[in-house]
Amino acid sequence: MSSVAEPKALPTNRVGLTVKEYGGLKSTLCVGCGHDVITRQITQAFYDMGVEPYRTAKMSGIGCSSKTTAYFADRGHGFNAVHGRMPAVATGAVLANSTLLAIGVSGDGDTASIGAGQFVHLLRRNVPMIYIVENNGVYGLTKGQFSATADMGSRLKTGVVNDLPAIDLCAMAIELGCAYVARSFSGDMKQLLALLKGAVAHRGTALLDVISPCVTFNNHEDSTKSYKWAKDHEIPIQEIGFIPFFDEIAVEYDPGTTQDVELHDGSHIRLKKLREDYDPTNKRAAFDLLHEAQEKGEFLTGLIYVEPQKKDFVSLLGLTDEPLATLPLDRVRPGREALAQMMEELR
Amino acid sequence: MSTVLEEKALEHAGGASIVNDFSIHVATANGSGSMSSNNILMRSIFQMGIPVSGKNLFPSNIQGLPTWFTIRASKEGFIARRRDIGVLICMNPETVHEDIRTVHAGAAVICEESLNLTSLRNDVQFYPVPFAKLVLELVHDGKLRRLAVNMIYVGVAAWLLGIDMEEIHKAVVKQFKSKEKAIEINWTAIRGGYDWAEKNLTKRDPFRVERMNATDGKIIIDGNAAAAIGCVMAGVTVLAWYPITPSSSLAESVMDYARRFRMDPKTGKPTCAIVQAEDELAAAGMVMGAGWAGARAMTTTSGPGISLMSEFVGLGYYAEVPAVIVDVQRVGPSTGLPTRTMQGDILSTYFLSHGDAKHILVIPGSVEECYTLAMEAFDLAEKFQTPVFLMTDLDLGMNNWMADPFPYPENGVDRGKLILTGEALQDHVRKFKESARYKDVDGDGIPYRTLPGLIDNPTAAYFTRGSGHSERATYTEKPEDYKANVDRLARKFETARAFVPKPVLSNGSGSPVGVIAYGSSDFAVEEARVLLERKGVRTDYLRLRALPTTVEVPAFVAAHERVYVVDQNRDGQMHDLLRLELPADAMKLRSIRHYDGFPLDAETVVEGIEAGEKA
Repeated sequence: MSSVAEPKALPTNRVGLTVKEYGGLKSTLCVGCGHDVITRQITQAFYDMGVEPYRTAKMSGIGCSSKTTAYFADRGHGFNAVHGRMPAVATGAVLANSTLLAIGVSGDGDTASIGAGQFVHLLRRNVPMIYIVENNGVYGLTKGQFSATADMGSRLKTGVVNDLPAIDLCAMAIELGCAYVARSFSGDMKQLLALLKGAVAHRGTALLDVISPCVTFNNHEDSTKSYKWAKDHEIPIQEIGFIPFFDEIAVEYDPGTTQDVELHDGSHIRLKKLREDYDPTNKRAAFDLLHEAQEKGEFLTGLIYVEPQKKDFVSLLGLTDEPLATLPLDRVRPGREALAQMMEELR
Repeated sequence: MSTVLEEKALEHAGGASIVNDFSIHVATANGSGSMSSNNILMRSIFQMGIPVSGKNLFPSNIQGLPTWFTIRASKEGFIARRRDIGVLICMNPETVHEDIRTVHAGAAVICEESLNLTSLRNDVQFYPVPFAKLVLELVHDGKLRRLAVNMIYVGVAAWLLGIDMEEIHKAVVKQFKSKEKAIEINWTAIRGGYDWAEKNLTKRDPFRVERMNATDGKIIIDGNAAAAIGCVMAGVTVLAWYPITPSSSLAESVMDYARRFRMDPKTGKPTCAIVQAEDELAAAGMVMGAGWAGARAMTTTSGPGISLMSEFVGLGYYAEVPAVIVDVQRVGPSTGLPTRTMQGDILSTYFLSHGDAKHILVIPGSVEECYTLAMEAFDLAEKFQTPVFLMTDLDLGMNNWMADPFPYPENGVDRGKLILTGEALQDHVRKFKESARYKDVDGDGIPYRTLPGLIDNPTAAYFTRGSGHSERATYTEKPEDYKANVDRLARKFETARAFVPKPVLSNGSGSPVGVIAYGSSDFAVEEARVLLERKGVRTDYLRLRALPTTVEVPAFVAAHERVYVVDQNRDGQMHDLLRLELPADAMKLRSIRHYDGFPLDAETVVEGIEAGEKA
């Protein structure tokens, strides 16, 4: 352990680590990039939740967003896969070792275009992992082409107008059975942090579609993914509080105005309703909400849908709790009688 | 030029029998349930101690299109496809004229009486049977007649060839396991066919079977099932696959065996995660993720899947992730001949992906080797931390072959240079001063690796990327770093030459003629060598079992004047590859190519070598 004494002792968390020990490399993204804000919130959420960083598996595809897994939790292994194919790699990793906390960071191009196929099937399987889409509506690394989440009518700096409908990743996720679906904005750090902690506490795919403006290619006036547009238009559907499983629940709440959701690990999400009677455990209501927002051109954020008890893919397969990767040979190689039986059946 | 059969048939004019040395060709329509009948025929001959092989020459179709099944009986133990047909059983009215027109002179032809076919040829022996009428009498349930009619030909063939009816009954029981009603219905149909033939036909052809003792204790298995058993015994822990002919039954066999034999003795839970992926891209990706996280991970596919996996395979090569990819080769892309055999992916797979990439190919030449080399492929993948391909083909993978029962693996497994615990990591750092994922500390090009999630130590983790990384797995675009890494990968590949399966050699005939073949060609080549020797042409033989080539290969080529490389593809892919690998001796290599979609037969090899030797 590199326990070089700090000049001023930083506070430590539940597992005895400082927030610094959740850090990673210095970001090489543009100054002011929304992605860096998300990276900081991930770091904070892991620290607050007392995640053991060596147990994390940081998965990504290709794009600006996919670089960010190098910028946090460098005590955990990272895998920068190929474009749009991180879901499959993450699925394999989680099957090999179901004790990993897998976190995938992807972008709108990596998820909604080239990766749409794998994204769909990840959701359908409910692979246990956090899946963050850093959504800015453009391809940054290839210099600013529209992605499939760009809103209809939005305009590039070059004057090109997007005349195709945007894919709503949250609606898609709910449709495909995802049991933790949230939308946020990198400018809304408090909400994002609470949603990230909830994602850590959830078992199954936790999708966070985070609008994260691209300061270089999509932060101008005619963009619907700019800081200004998002700030002006964001409508949070709840005020989100989070009580981790290791804290006592001290505050009572009013069920009339607040909803409590217990997550897989015993943590609680407290949702103070800002939108009348919206219940994020009601799938149909979630669809209605998203469709309505789309019709009105509203930018709604918050926990859109949650189904904490849904079985994840590993449970569905019923695999051993120990990592398959390290099971000793005598537990993965059938014995002599077994082979003899196989042979007998072929005589 | 007369065929062997024609010569034999002429002999028979003098009264000689052809015993245990012919092939039976059954023409039916796909989906008519003839597989059970054909299995029973094959099995009963096998039970009589006679070496057999069975091949399904089938269309890409579920029901209706013509399909053929060929059973070869060979007292000498030759089990390759035989070009000439001894006994033709015509059950498909769509193809019957063509089937009869193309059969060799002297053949015995069993066909439907009411079709009046006997005037089509005067050089074959017809046995018209009233199948349509018999099935009405023998099978009372109208719905079962379409299937049961195929059992009648089993009975007729049994009479014609002298197959012991007791063995047929045993085969019926085996085929239908404990389904009493099915056994009874099918046995009645077979018995009825036999009795009718005995009463109404007179044997006028030379073909018959005679009990031998050459199959005692042997099993019958297809290569896909054999490889599946190998994978299960190797301790595969993650299988991700996408259905594609002819590899699907391999994955399904793993599923079946895993369900029965891979439940954790400690917890009763499955120890192999099996996922039917959404496509081959995902299958390859899951295998990459699983291999990276330490699973013994595999996928099964065929040519079109291989091309879809190309990008991931390149990533696996550069990021150094173990994986086993089984390629059951078939003909071409898209529609066409997806159900026909070919060794079509040798070149594309050896160099699969972009940038500089070369891969280890393991090439079994029998069902036994599908089993043993599947296990070895896992060891190689983990030892060399790279995707390893097990290259079989449709003929080996989906057809039935005789084999000795597979031996239990007496050795453990080689999981490669893994650092699994904190103590092991500390030892490593003590020994090598640091833990650097891609550093060649042993001089063999193979670095050490840790797995995610196992060691609570800040130096245990590394970040996995594609081609651009330093020895410490950090991001780099420096020319010297890139070059050092790819040079090490090349060194690692050279190390692999000493560890991949060695070729099988039949050397020392003193002949200047050598033959190199691989995979399912072995059966035809072994037979061809016997036939050639009878004609006075002696050959030495090297059967390749892996790429890269081992030292035995250049030595073999150097020791011979002319070396024929047998390929089941149009362009002579292995021939070309060996020319690349052995530039000094390239001109000694000659190419024999078979590429019509059917399995290779011995005569093609004989003719190729004879032509070359005359030239």
